[in-house]
Amino acid sequence: MKNIFLVFGLLCSIFFVSCEERSKAPDQGKKEAQTDRVAPPAYGDTIIEGSIGDASNLIAMLASDSASFDIAGLCYNGLVKYDKDLNLVGDLAESWDISADNLTISFHLRKGVKWQDGVECTAHDVMFGYQTIISPNTPTAYAGDFQEVAKAEVIDKYTFRVTYKKPFAPGLASWGSVVVLPKHILEGQDITKSSLTRAPMGNGPYKLKEWKTGEKIELVSNHDYFEGRPYVDGFVYKIIPDTATMFLELQAGNIDFMGLSPLQYLRQTKTKTFQENFRKYKYLSFTYTYMGFNLLNPLFQDKRVRQAISYAINKNEILEGVLLGLGEVATGPYKPGTWQYNPEVKAFPFDPEKAKALLKETGWADADGDGILEKNGKRFEFTVILNQGNNERRKTGEIIQRRLTEVGIKIKIRTLEWAAFINEYIDKKNFEATILGWTIGQDPDVFDIWHSSKTHFKELNFISYKNEEVDRLIMEGRHTFDREKRKQAYYRIQEILAEDQPYVFLYVPYALPIIHMRFRGIEPAAAGITYNFTKWYVTKAEQKYTIQP
Amino acid sequence: MATYILKRLFGMIPLLFGITIVSFLVIHLAPGSPVTIQTDLNPKMTAEARERLLKFYGLDKPLHVQYYNWVKHLVTFDLGRSFATDNRPVIDKIKERLPITIFINVLSLFLILMIAIPLGILSAVYQNSLFDRSTTVFVFIGFAIPTFWLALLLMILFGIQLDWLPISGLKSVNYEYLSAFNQLKDRAAHLLMPVLLSAFGGLAGFSRYSRSNMLEIIRQDYITTARAKGLSESQVIYKHALRNAFLPIVTILGLSIPALIGGSVIFESIFAIPGLGQLFYNAVMGRDYSLVMGELVIGALLTMLGNLLADISYALVDPRIRIK
Repeated sequence: MKNIFLVFGLLCSIFFVSCEERSKAPDQGKKEAQTDRVAPPAYGDTIIEGSIGDASNLIAMLASDSASFDIAGLCYNGLVKYDKDLNLVGDLAESWDISADNLTISFHLRKGVKWQDGVECTAHDVMFGYQTIISPNTPTAYAGDFQEVAKAEVIDKYTFRVTYKKPFAPGLASWGSVVVLPKHILEGQDITKSSLTRAPMGNGPYKLKEWKTGEKIELVSNHDYFEGRPYVDGFVYKIIPDTATMFLELQAGNIDFMGLSPLQYLRQTKTKTFQENFRKYKYLSFTYTYMGFNLLNPLFQDKRVRQAISYAINKNEILEGVLLGLGEVATGPYKPGTWQYNPEVKAFPFDPEKAKALLKETGWADADGDGILEKNGKRFEFTVILNQGNNERRKTGEIIQRRLTEVGIKIKIRTLEWAAFINEYIDKKNFEATILGWTIGQDPDVFDIWHSSKTHFKELNFISYKNEEVDRLIMEGRHTFDREKRKQAYYRIQEILAEDQPYVFLYVPYALPIIHMRFRGIEPAAAGITYNFTKWYVTKAEQKYTIQP
Repeated sequence: MATYILKRLFGMIPLLFGITIVSFLVIHLAPGSPVTIQTDLNPKMTAEARERLLKFYGLDKPLHVQYYNWVKHLVTFDLGRSFATDNRPVIDKIKERLPITIFINVLSLFLILMIAIPLGILSAVYQNSLFDRSTTVFVFIGFAIPTFWLALLLMILFGIQLDWLPISGLKSVNYEYLSAFNQLKDRAAHLLMPVLLSAFGGLAGFSRYSRSNMLEIIRQDYITTARAKGLSESQVIYKHALRNAFLPIVTILGLSIPALIGGSVIFESIFAIPGLGQLFYNAVMGRDYSLVMGELVIGALLTMLGNLLADISYALVDPRIRIK
C-alpha cells in the first residue's frame, strides 16, 4: 500500500491511468474531516478496498501493475521506506552509513525479524534478492538501479554493504521491499514458476489468506509483524473493473475504501448516507499532466514560440474543466510541497496578448487574414496526439485547441490506441506534440526524462530536450546524498525548464480517497494516508466484520 | 454416417492450422509486444532489461520459429505460458474462468429459448396483432438498449433503493460463514441480474428468427392441406407447423456453442464477473500472444464442432436430409 514502487511506473495506458485514479500516492493532507480518537484502538475488523484491476504477480520484481505492488507491499518490507513526510527511513534496516566518497552504503539490519514461516530474515535474504534482480534470467523491469552497483557483500548476518560504480543518490531508495526475498524458499528455484508468485511468504504486516483471480485478494494480519500486530485483522482487495459499479458498492456499504473521481467527490457524495458513513480525503497525487513538444520539429525550436503557447493556454481553466478544480497547476516536474519543489519559477499565466506579441516577435503573422498565423508561407498548425481511453487528456486537448485558435494557431487532436501511440509515434519521434502524464518519483532524480543522453529509441526524453546546464545539474544531484546540494541543483533545473518550456506543464491532480467512518487513526500527511495503515483501527463497538480463525 | 463424421473431423485439422497461422500473424502485426506493454515509459527500464524480457518470452527469435515452437507445444495439447507478468500456464488461466462463463451463458441461452421461441411463434400466428407489435417493440428495446446503462439502473433500483439483490460479484463477503442453503441462495441472488440482463439482450434474435420461420411455414402447401382436411387450427399450428418451425433453431443452437465461452467485456466489467470476456480483452490489450492464441484455438475448435453438431443433428431431426 505504500506505493513506493508505483512511482516507477507511468500512468499512461488506460490501465495505468485508471489505477492512478485510485492511487494512494499523495501529498500534504488537506483533510476533509477530523481524525478524532474516541475509543482506544482495538484489534479486529476487515477493510474492503475496491480496485479496478487484479494483481498479476505477487513477487514485486516480476510485476508491472500497481495492484500487484499494493498487495506485495503489504506482505513484504524492504531495507528502507519513505515516512509520512517523504524522508527515507529505515525499515528492515535500523540504520545505514554512507562512506565519505559517497560510493558505499552499509545497512545495519534489525535483529529478530522473521519470515512468516518463522525463519529469520537476514542480510543473506537481501543479497539473494539483489542477485535475483540482476540475474539475466529474471524477467524484471526494475534491474536498472541495481546495475549501478559495483559490489554487494554480506558482512555478517545483520550487515549488508553495497558499493556503487559512481555515487548514486537515487540508489538508496531502491533498497525497498522489491529486493528482499526469502532465500531459504526460493534458492535454486525458477522464480517465475515459484508458488510465491501467487502466495507470498513475506516479512510484512499482512499475509495472504486467499486469492480468487478476478474476484478478490484476501489478506490477514501477521501477528508476529516486527513493528507490532496491525490493528485491522483483515484486508480484502475486491476487484470491480467498472468504477460506476464500484461506487454503487460503496454506497451499499459493501466496500470501505476507494478512490473517487472529481465528479463523485464533489457532487455524488453529498448525500446523507455518505456524510454519515464516510470520510473523504484530498491531497496532491504523485503525477502531472503536460503537453510536450517534439523539439526536433522546426516549429518548436524557438523557445519564445513555446513560451507563447504556454501563455496562450489557460491552465486554471483546464483545471476547472477537466478536474472540477481538484488539482493544482503544475510548474515543473515536481509536486508542490515537496522539498525539491521550487515555488518561485517563472510563471506563465493566461495572457493571450503576450502570446501574440511573442509570436509576432518570432515572425509569425496572419498575412492572409484567415485567422491562422503564417511564416514564410507556412501556416502555424500542428497535431497533438494522445492515447485513447483517457478522457482527462482528451478534454485537456480540446480546451487547449480552443485557446490556441484564439491566438492564430490551429491544432488537430489525434487519439490513438496505447500500443500504437507509443510504438509507432512516441518511440519513433513521429509526432509534433503530445499530451501525456508522468508519475512523480519520491526521489527527485529526473535523469531518464530530461538528460540529453536519453533521447535514443524507446528512451524517455522523446521530445529530444538538450540543455548542457540541465545535464550537469542532473549529474550533480545524482552524485551527492547531501539534501541541501541536491535541492539547489533541482531548484535550478526547475528554473531552466520553466524558462525553456519544453513541456507546457499543466496540472497535478488530487488523489481523492474515501474511507468508511469507522476506521480511525488515519492521519493525512505528505505521503498520503496509507503510510500508517497498520495503525488504523476500528473501536470494538464499531467493528463490522469478524475473521473466524 | 460414421465415415462422414470422421471425414469432417479430419477436415478440421488443416482448417485449424489455417486459422492459427492467420491469427498468429495478425496478433503479431499489431503494434507493440508483451514486453513493450509491460515496460513502455517506465523510467527504470534499460535496453538490457528489455532484451532480457524479449529473450524470456522467446520474442527474440524470428516469427516462423516462434510459430513453430508454439505449434510444437500445441500438438501435445500444451497452450504454453501466458506472456503477462504472472507467466502462468494459459490453460490454468482459461480453466479458472471457464465454469462461470459457461454457466451464465447456458442459463441465459436457456432463458432466451424458453421465452423467445414462444414469443416468436405466437407473433407469427397472430401476425400484425397488438401482441405481435408490442413483442416486437419489447424485444427490440432489449436488443438496442445499452447493457451497461440498464445494468446500472437496475443496480441502483434493486441493489440500493430496494436492497433486494447484491450489486456485483459472485459471492458476498461473508459467503464462507453461511450455511449450505444460504450459500446457494447467495450465489443465485448474485446471478439473477446478470443472467436476466444478458437474456433480455438476446431475445430479439431468436424471437425474430422463430417468427419469420413460422410465418414461412404457415404459408406452405402442407399447412393448407392440413387445414383443408379439416384439422382444428390448434392442431394445424402446434402439430404440423411447430415441429417444422423448430428445425432451423437446431442449426442456430449448434452455432451458439462457441458463444458459450464468449463473454462481453462490458457486461463482465459492470457486474465484476471474472469471465473469459475480460480475460481475452486484457490479453489483447496486453499483447499476451500465448493467451490470445489459446483462446482463439479453443474458440475455433468449438466453432467447428458446433457446425458439425448442427449438421449432424439437422440430419437426425429432419427426415428430408440424409447424409450419404
